[in-house]
Parts: sequence; C-alpha cells; structure tokens
Amino acid sequence: MSCTDQADNCHDADAVRKQFGEAGDGAFWRGIEEFGPPEEHPEEPGSGDLPAQDPTQRRGMSRRDLFKMMGASAALAGLTACTKLPLETIVPYVNPPEIIKPGEPLFYASSMPWRGVAQGVLVWSFMGRPTKIEGNNDHPGSMGRANVFMQASVLDLYDPDRSQVLLQNGRVGDWNDFIILTEELRAKHLRNKGEGLRFLTGTITSPTLGDQLHDLLTQFPHAQWHQHDPTSRDNVRAGAQMAFGEVVETVYRFDQANVVVGLDADPFFAMPGGVRYAWDFGNKRRVARPDSSMNRFYAVEAIPTISGTQADHRLRLRPSEVETFARLLAQAVGVNLPGLESESLPGVSADWLAALVKDLQQQKGASLIVAGDSQPPVVHALAHAMNAQLGNVGKTVYYTNSIEVNPVIQAQSFRQLVSDMEAGKVETLIILGENPVYTAPADVPFAEELPKVPTRIYLGNYEDETSVLCNWHVPAAHYLESWGDLRAYDGAVSMIQPLIAPLYQGKTASEILTFFQGQPGRTCHTIVQEYWQSQNPKLTAQQFGVQWEIWLAKGIIAGTAFPARTVALSKTFNVARTPDTSTSSGLEIAFKPDPSVWDGSYTNNGWLQELAQPFSKLVWDNAVMVSPATAERLRRAKTSLGDPPQNPVPAGAPSIPRGLWPANSTALPNAGEEGEYYNAGETMGMQNAVVELKHRGRMVSGPLLIMPGMADNCIVVTLGYGRTRAGRYGTGVGFNAYSIRTADRPWIDTGSIVGKTPRRHKLVTLQRHNVIGPPGKEEDAEAVAAFRRNLVRVATMDEYRGNPNFAKDAPDMTSDAQSLYPVLPSPYDFKKGPQWGMSIDLSSCIGCNACIIACQSENNSPVVGKDQCARGREMHWIRVDTYFRGNVEQPEFYNEVLPCMQCENAPCEYVCPVGATMTGPEGINQMIYNRCVGTRYCSNNCPYKVRRFNFYLYSDWTTPSFYAQKNPWVTVRSRGVMEKCTYCIQRIRWKEIKAEVAGTEVKDGEILTACQQTCPTNAIVFGDIRDPNSAVSKVKAQSRKYGLLEELNTRPRTTYLAKIWNPNPEIGEPYPLPAGVQDTSKQRS
Amino acid sequence: MAQVFKHYTNTVAKVTIAVVILLIVGGGVAAWEVNNSYNVYRREAVTQPVPFSHKHHVTDDGIDCRFCHTTVETSSFAGIPSTHTCMTCHSKIWVNSPMLEPVRESYLTDASIAWVRVNALPDFVYFNHSIHIAKGIGCTTCHGPIGDMPITYRENTLYMRWCINCHKHPWRYVRPKKDVFSVTYKPLADQDALGHQLVREYHIKPPLVITSCYTCHR
Repeated sequence: MSCTDQADNCHDADAVRKQFGEAGDGAFWRGIEEFGPPEEHPEEPGSGDLPAQDPTQRRGMSRRDLFKMMGASAALAGLTACTKLPLETIVPYVNPPEIIKPGEPLFYASSMPWRGVAQGVLVWSFMGRPTKIEGNNDHPGSMGRANVFMQASVLDLYDPDRSQVLLQNGRVGDWNDFIILTEELRAKHLRNKGEGLRFLTGTITSPTLGDQLHDLLTQFPHAQWHQHDPTSRDNVRAGAQMAFGEVVETVYRFDQANVVVGLDADPFFAMPGGVRYAWDFGNKRRVARPDSSMNRFYAVEAIPTISGTQADHRLRLRPSEVETFARLLAQAVGVNLPGLESESLPGVSADWLAALVKDLQQQKGASLIVAGDSQPPVVHALAHAMNAQLGNVGKTVYYTNSIEVNPVIQAQSFRQLVSDMEAGKVETLIILGENPVYTAPADVPFAEELPKVPTRIYLGNYEDETSVLCNWHVPAAHYLESWGDLRAYDGAVSMIQPLIAPLYQGKTASEILTFFQGQPGRTCHTIVQEYWQSQNPKLTAQQFGVQWEIWLAKGIIAGTAFPARTVALSKTFNVARTPDTSTSSGLEIAFKPDPSVWDGSYTNNGWLQELAQPFSKLVWDNAVMVSPATAERLRRAKTSLGDPPQNPVPAGAPSIPRGLWPANSTALPNAGEEGEYYNAGETMGMQNAVVELKHRGRMVSGPLLIMPGMADNCIVVTLGYGRTRAGRYGTGVGFNAYSIRTADRPWIDTGSIVGKTPRRHKLVTLQRHNVIGPPGKEEDAEAVAAFRRNLVRVATMDEYRGNPNFAKDAPDMTSDAQSLYPVLPSPYDFKKGPQWGMSIDLSSCIGCNACIIACQSENNSPVVGKDQCARGREMHWIRVDTYFRGNVEQPEFYNEVLPCMQCENAPCEYVCPVGATMTGPEGINQMIYNRCVGTRYCSNNCPYKVRRFNFYLYSDWTTPSFYAQKNPWVTVRSRGVMEKCTYCIQRIRWKEIKAEVAGTEVKDGEILTACQQTCPTNAIVFGDIRDPNSAVSKVKAQSRKYGLLEELNTRPRTTYLAKIWNPNPEIGEPYPLPAGVQDTSKQRS
Repeated sequence: MAQVFKHYTNTVAKVTIAVVILLIVGGGVAAWEVNNSYNVYRREAVTQPVPFSHKHHVTDDGIDCRFCHTTVETSSFAGIPSTHTCMTCHSKIWVNSPMLEPVRESYLTDASIAWVRVNALPDFVYFNHSIHIAKGIGCTTCHGPIGDMPITYRENTLYMRWCINCHKHPWRYVRPKKDVFSVTYKPLADQDALGHQLVREYHIKPPLVITSCYTCHR
C-alpha cells in the first residue's frame, strides 16, 4: 500500500513538491494538511460563514416543521412591540467617595504575581469594578505593556468557580474554629520549637512575606520552609551556582544586544522579565529606513516558540542536543574550561557555526547568549562563560542578587518535604498556593503521603486537587483583592494594591501567616505598610504616608531595583559530561509550560483556553507534539515508536534524513492498517490519533499533533491540562503531563515510547479558519493563494537596502488602478476631521497573542467553547494568522495580526440589506448591532474574514459573577448579530469628548486601542492618518508599507509593514541541511 | 321581483365605509399615541420612593441643576444625588417631615434609595451629558420644563428619530452656554440665525458627522 492510497491525511513528498512547484519559489502555507491530496479534505470550517456540518450531527427538520416554526415566529414577532418599557432603578451612593465620578474610569497601579515575580499592571476600574488590565508605564518589567496572563487575570477574579468559603474537611468551616485551631497549633509548636511544622510555598520574591517567614522560622527554629513551583527556575539557579559559586539573578539588556543567541530560550514570553525583554528586543528590531540597523537573532530550539520563531537563523535541535551545541559554541568562542571536549553534532555544519562565531566575535560587548529555563545547569554556566568571554557582562547582561527571598533548588526542597512526610516527621503542613497535589512530579508521592500529615491547611484559589486532601481549605484572595509586594525581574519592589474588597472570604498568604506569628487579625494592608515603615526608619509617620502614596501611584518603590554587581566567574568549574546512566533508547521528551494555561494556574480561564496557541493554533486541549518526520515514522511503525526491540533509534542519528520525506515511501517497512491513524490536525469529521506515551514506567495518552519546525525524534508535551478539579471550564480538558514528569528531569528526558492506539480524539485548531481565500480558482490551496495574493511580504535586510520599495504593489494591483468597479461616492470627506488608521509591523510582531486577550477583555467578546470553535465560530475580533514558508521540516514562521481592515470602500457594506454596517466620517467601518438582522452577507463578502457572528447567545448573561467584569462602554452582544473590530471606538469617543469639553484637540498617542496598548513590541500603531506628524502617518510613510488585497480597491485603513529578516550573509542557506538532502523550496528568495 | 337592496342600504354602505376609515385612522392615531407616550411613560409621572419635586427645588428654591447632578459637565452620567447631598439641607430643614423618612432611613442604615429611572435609553446607546452641555444644549431641551414638574416625568420619547432630529438641525436647539442650566429659557424669535452663529462658535460638528452611527452606538 503506498502512501497516496490512504484515505487519511498523508504527507506524501510528491504531493508536497507538486504544491510547491505550482506555487513557485517562496510559497507560503498555513498548515500541513495542505500537503495531502486536495480531494481528501472534507469541508473546511469557517472558510465562509456557512458552518461545515458534521454529517453525523445534522439534526433533521422537515419542511413542514420549518413552515410551522416560521409561521409561529412571525406571529409572535409582531407581538413584541406591544410591551411597555421596563422600569429601571438608579441607586446612588449614600456617601459618595470623593474620587469616583460615575461614568468615568479610575486607574490603579498594582502588580500581578507570575512565576512569583511582579508584572506591573495598571487596572481600569469602573465604579469600583476592575474590568481591564493594562501594563504599567512606570514599571520596569512592563513598560506599559502586558502579556496574555496579565490581560486574562481579570477574568480569574470573577471566576464563578473560585472557592468562596472556608472549608473544613469538605464542609463549610467556621472561622472561629480555624482561629482556635491555629492558636492551638502555635502553642503546640512553640513548645516543641516547631518540630513537625512545615510551610510549602511557591517562589517567593515578596520582601514582606519573606520577612514573615523569617520571623516564623525564628519563632519556630525547627520548622522548615519548603518551596515548590512546577515551573521552577532550578536550572537557572544551579547554573549560576555552578558558574559563580552563588545564586545570582541574570538580567538581560536586549536593548544593547546586536547579536543574540538563544539556547532553547523563550525570553520574550516565558521568562519573568519577558514583557520588558520583548519591548527591548522589539526596539532593536524595528527598522525605519534602509539605513537603519537591526539586531540579529540566532535560535536553537526543539519546538517553535514565540521567541525562537523570530530568529533570523533558527536551528532545530532536540533539547538534549542543545547542550552539545552550547559546548561546541563555547569552545568556538574561546571558552576554556575543564571538561570541555571536542564533540560532534550531526545537524550543525561547521560553516554555520563558524559564521555565527564570527558574528559574535565582531560584536563583542554587544552580543548576548541566553539559555532557556529548561536547559540543564551546565548550559546556563556555559552561557555565563560565553558572555564573559565575549565581554558582554555589564553591557548586554548583568548580574544582581537573587530577587528571591530564599533561592533554593526547589526540587530538592520539595523532595525533602515529601520524604519527611513519609517518615512521619511532618505534623502540620501549611500549603500556600501552587496546587502541589496536581503539580507534583510523578515520582514524588506527595498526594499519597499528604493524608498522613495530621493537620493540613491549604490556601488556594480553587477547590482543587489539593484542597480535597486537606483538612482546612482557606479561599485565597485574588491579587486584585490583596495588599502586598513583590519584586520585579530586576529586583524593583512593586506594590500590590487591591481594586476591590475580597468578593468572597479570600485571605492572602500574609494573613494566614499572621495566625502562626501570633498576631491574628492583622490585615494584609497593615502587614505591608508596617514592614515598609520598619524598612524606612528615617521617615516620620507623615513622610512615610506621603511616600506610601507615591509608591502606590507608581506601583513601584523607586530605587529598589538591585544594582549590578560583579561576580567572579569561577575559572575552574568542571563542565565534563556526567555519564548518562538513564536509558538512552527511546525518544526524547520535553515538558513545557503551556503557552495558554501555563502550569495549570489558568486552566479554568475561558479566555486562555480559547486562545489559539502560537503556531499550532490549538484551543481547548494539549497534545503530544511531534515533528512531521517523526509522525511519519510512527505511522509506519508497527505498534510503537521508541521501543528498542521494534524500532531501534540509533543514537544521535535520526533514522530518516532531515529535509523532506523520502519520495520513495515504499522503501520503508510498512506497518499495515494502523498506519492510517495518523493525520495531522483537525479537520471536520476527522479526528487525531490518540497515542500512548510511556515514560519511565508511567503512561499517559493524548492526541498526536504534528508540529512543523519541530526537531525530529522528540516529543513535546505541555503542562497544565488534565485537571480533575479545575472548575466548569478546565476540568477534564486535555491530558495530565505531570503524571509522567519526574523530579530529577522535569524538563528534558529520554526513554519515551509512543504507542499507537485505535482511539481518536478531536483536536480543534484555528489555523485554517478564516482563511483569506484564493481568488476564483478553487483548486488553489490557500497557501498558493497567500503567495499569489501577497498577504505576507518579506525581504532580507540586504534586499531591503537594495530595493526599499520591495513591498509596493505592482501598478495594476493598487487601489488606483483602473477597475471595472466604480468607486462609490462616499458622503464623507476623508480629508477632514480625524481619520483613524492603523499600521502593523510584521517585523516587530512576535505572535505572543496578548492583543487577542486585550481585545477580548476590552470588547466583551464571549467564549464559545470547543465545539463552536470546531465549527469556525470563535469570536475574537483580532487574530494572529500564522503563515509558514519553506519546507515542513524547517519552515520560516510569519505572524500576521488581523483586526478589521476598516476599508474606506468596504465590500461588507454593499451587501447589507439593512444598512447595519456603514463607513463613518472618520473612516471607521461601523457595525450597528441594533440594526443587524443576521443575514451574514457581510461576512461572506469580507475578503479579510474578520467578521464574527453570534450563532448562539454566546455572551454569558446568566452567571452573575461575570456581570461585573464587562466593560460598560461596549454593548454585550446578543444572539443573531454580526460583530467585528471597532478600532476601540469607545476609547476614541472617550478621549474625543474629553478634549472637546476642555476645548482642546486630541493629541497624537492619546488614544490607544486595546491591542496597541498591550503589544509588548509596539508592533501596532494607531492614530490620525490625516495628520502628517502623527506616529501612524510616519510609520505608514515607510517604504515597507503595504495593504492586504489592495487590488480589490477596498482601501483598507489598517496596513502592514513588510517583514524584514536580518540573516547573516555568510550563511547561505538559512538553515544548515545535512549533505544529501535537498531542499525543494528556495527560501528567502 | 322585489328589489334586493332596499333604499336604506345606501346609507348602511356609506356609514360602514366611514366607520372603517375612521377605525383605520383612529387605530393608527391610537397606536402612534401608545407608542409615543404610553409605551415610554411620556408625560406620565412615576411613583418614586420620595415624591421629590423639581418644581419646588428648582423654581421655588432656585437650586442650580449642578448642585445635585454634579458630574453633568464632566462625565457621561449626570449623577444622581447621594443621600448625603439631600441631608446637606434636610438635616436642618424639614427634619421631621414624614415624606423624607426614606431619606433619613437611607442615611442611618447606609442603604441607598432606589429611585425609579425617568429618562432611560437602551443599553446600546451611549449618551454623554458632558458633551451636550459643552456644546450649548440646555437641560430643558431634552428634559422638558423641569422647573414646572412637581413629580418628574419624561417629556420626550427619547426615540432615535427624536435624537436625530436635533443632530440633523442643531441650530434649532442650541442656546448660549450661559443659559444651558436655565429652566426658564425660551428660544429667541431669531433662533435660526443665532443657532447658526452658535453652531460655528461652539464648533458643533456638521450634521453628517454627528448623525453617523458610532456617534452614539458602539
């Protein structure tokens, strides 16, 4: 049986080549499903607005029933006019707070804890309700920008599944009993000096909390404080320990770096300082003119990450090979350390490495090596050594004291706790967050040992896996309900101030600790304030009061960022490889925090669940991700892959070569019928194969997803799914990768076996929804269309310098070209008044998705659920399209952010029978919900596919806790209306009216759309295009500017700046390909 | 054979036609009336927890609108006075009035008074008071003769066609800014001439712009 005989998606190299052949050089593609024979694709969901129906789910309605319903509806519709308006009440304050002005928002600076580190936020508050999170301009870790977790955290506050009451053994507890209990415990442990008293926390950077813990450890000398964070940066700490003999904080200065090398690193998303790093990187990456300079980024990684896909040279290596690469690179840049021996790495050509090293040597003091959190300590130590060797220390990287209160290797600390629990040494365990029962490594029997501890107190946000195993569960206060402090990535102390009183009985960690300190009843406000007063003894109470207000207003205590310190690189640390005693056969596995729900903290957050994960565009699930070649090998395998007797994997050498699949597919052994189970991604009616992932004697099953650009012979799984007690949105979604994760190798391990099963699971990816379709020719794949229609325009820096106008449309493809269609006369004069426009820089965009959540939060967009997503009915007003270019093995990645283009000559308008969408005098294409009757003609006629229809009542009108989250300035849409991006008209009107009332004009940059406001790389610029001095006009004047589908004469107001790569001219091919493998697509032509 | 139709049949036919026409016209007028007044409580006093009289406070006592509606010049929402505002005076005068019992109760129990909303717009309309005040639209233009209302009622339908009427012809309704809060202001004889002048002076945007959908809808 040959590959093409199979019914399911099959990635035949011939088909791939044929597609590319038709497309010509440099074709883009959007998903590997495109490479299958076209006739095998079932209906595409969402490629119009007619939902592709799963035939098995089609519910019947006879013609007769239809007419009955129609008749009844028409009759009843007539009656709706016969109602009197309902009366409403207005409820004013009894004693109004001075600063609240009804109808106007207030803003408060606060900090969100993420990985234990402060993310500075500015929160919109309407009449005491926090509704929207933004970045805090005054915060060094934020620069006014925010990531997806910050944006989505406001939904967690209103989560109806948050725990609301004190629980004692699963029943509603009495606070008096709890206080008596803590007093008894305190008395008991004071007597035995804290023997058996243990505290378990996550990563703690809060100075106040640290002070409290130290006080407790002084009062109870035998008590112990353990730390456990599932995404703990143990490797970073151990790497610093190795290189410097002490744990120090590494702070990067991407704004100073011209050449950056990432070793399996995702600094712009996953690191605690990610937002700031992305900001700095974006500033160095932006080019205004052909003579501008641009940084260069090399990334070595296993799976495409938000940072790595921005690399000018991205090398895919298995996670374990990254260490070898680091060793090679260290030697090549001249690091001389014991144990550094010559090594070989088959995937890396000597020329490639030499060119990289030359680039680094030329940029001494302006280069930067960044090691990823998941890489072993030695890679971090080598990165430190390389940065020292290249003279980068103090320039592009500096070291400070650790921002943590007590930086320990948390895996050891946690294991110590569990072994003490096993030995019966723990009498009282106080768990402050982190849900350890769920997040504990599989080989640490925390859940099994926990019930043996006599007194177990758990402070947590949810009634989750841990709370059911504890005697007492105290509901935790959300950070928007708390007072506190945290340190930012650079050590700056950031204030947490509440926006709202606790909605339920939430308590903060500080407040729980006061019970054991013998000061019950102190509020978190008093605790933080008194701590900082004690730290500033020179200030009088009045002076302190003034300072305190300043700190709260700024969200940060000025001057508390840690100064750079000199650390001596140990000249003698040994980086010799320790002989690997673990099984070296099998596949390699990498565990990653999920880009949407992280470590499981956000599993019950609907916004994040429905957020399309970068590049895979997967929603509402996690998957076992493999490269296309590995999937192909698995398809051919009899029962499993990685199992030595059946499928020996030669160490270091993949069994099929890199590059495209071999054309001669019959040459490899065929496994028979099971081979059919492996298709790539979601398509209607087809489901993904479920595989059994066996790892170190444990097993988990999950659906297989093929990820272009992944390294071969390795598996990547993400954490945070498979929760058993997460809440109404998160419970039972995905599979639990923690169940096979071990404590000593939490990130990278070998010896995994993937077994086939006949089961299937439907994964939903949004990748092929809202495709900007081919012009007329149905046989064209959308990839070809994307190429033909020039949706993504790209050049290298050299090409750009040679031809600055490369992104310009051909004369016959512009709006001004002669057209059969007349430009309909507009009643408006687009030369007068403010004319709003937007520009999106493809070069700056890193595809972090923050704009999507910002828009959802600002514009009351609903969550529709997995089933509706599968039908192409997701409701995001802005999306990030991923295009790939090149072969499926090592493609280039392009992110195209797509809000409404706000066409001046909008195709949606002509087809609306009721005038529910019209271009307004300011050039915004207005969507009027109360006029819309739901014909969906507009969406069908929209060439950009940016309109969204409420097929059902998607907005949650019934859960009371969500009422308060809604933005009062934006209509909550009901069933049956179309909606789309409005350029955040509410923000425009707000500033405009303010200016008009004050008799001034709106200044440029005063109005920020939600997506623009949050963008960590400043890729989105919005403003008045009529004003030649506005930021947006200046950006649009660049030669890189182009509009999508300009030839349709839509005259879009949203335009793009073409992508620029800055590859090393000495590296001919962007990626090294081993000898003998031919790349069929010419990249970066 | 006798005549099928008697002579009086003519009269019956004429009366029937007249009645049918009358019914259609009358029904139409009645429906129009119902839609324009009954359905929207137009000129219909609604029962409030406290029978607050604008006539007394505004006309008799001469209290400015902004004393109670504090945010009308700076916010979208004009502001409903807090209990504290009422008690500024009523802790000194009419302290034992039974009518004011709900106010005192609210003040003592810290529970708000639930006033019934008189002028309400649908939720998809985003009206802003401050901009109308700033552009010389008087309170009484929309709220009617508020100084003569013992119990507040809705003077206008607040239907979209009513809003649009003004947005199309702002010069017919604009008044000098000094008179915005006057409840006795009467349009001058040469309103059109003055109106056009004020429209220019106050930079009121052209009708084409302020009748676009996103002026009010979002």
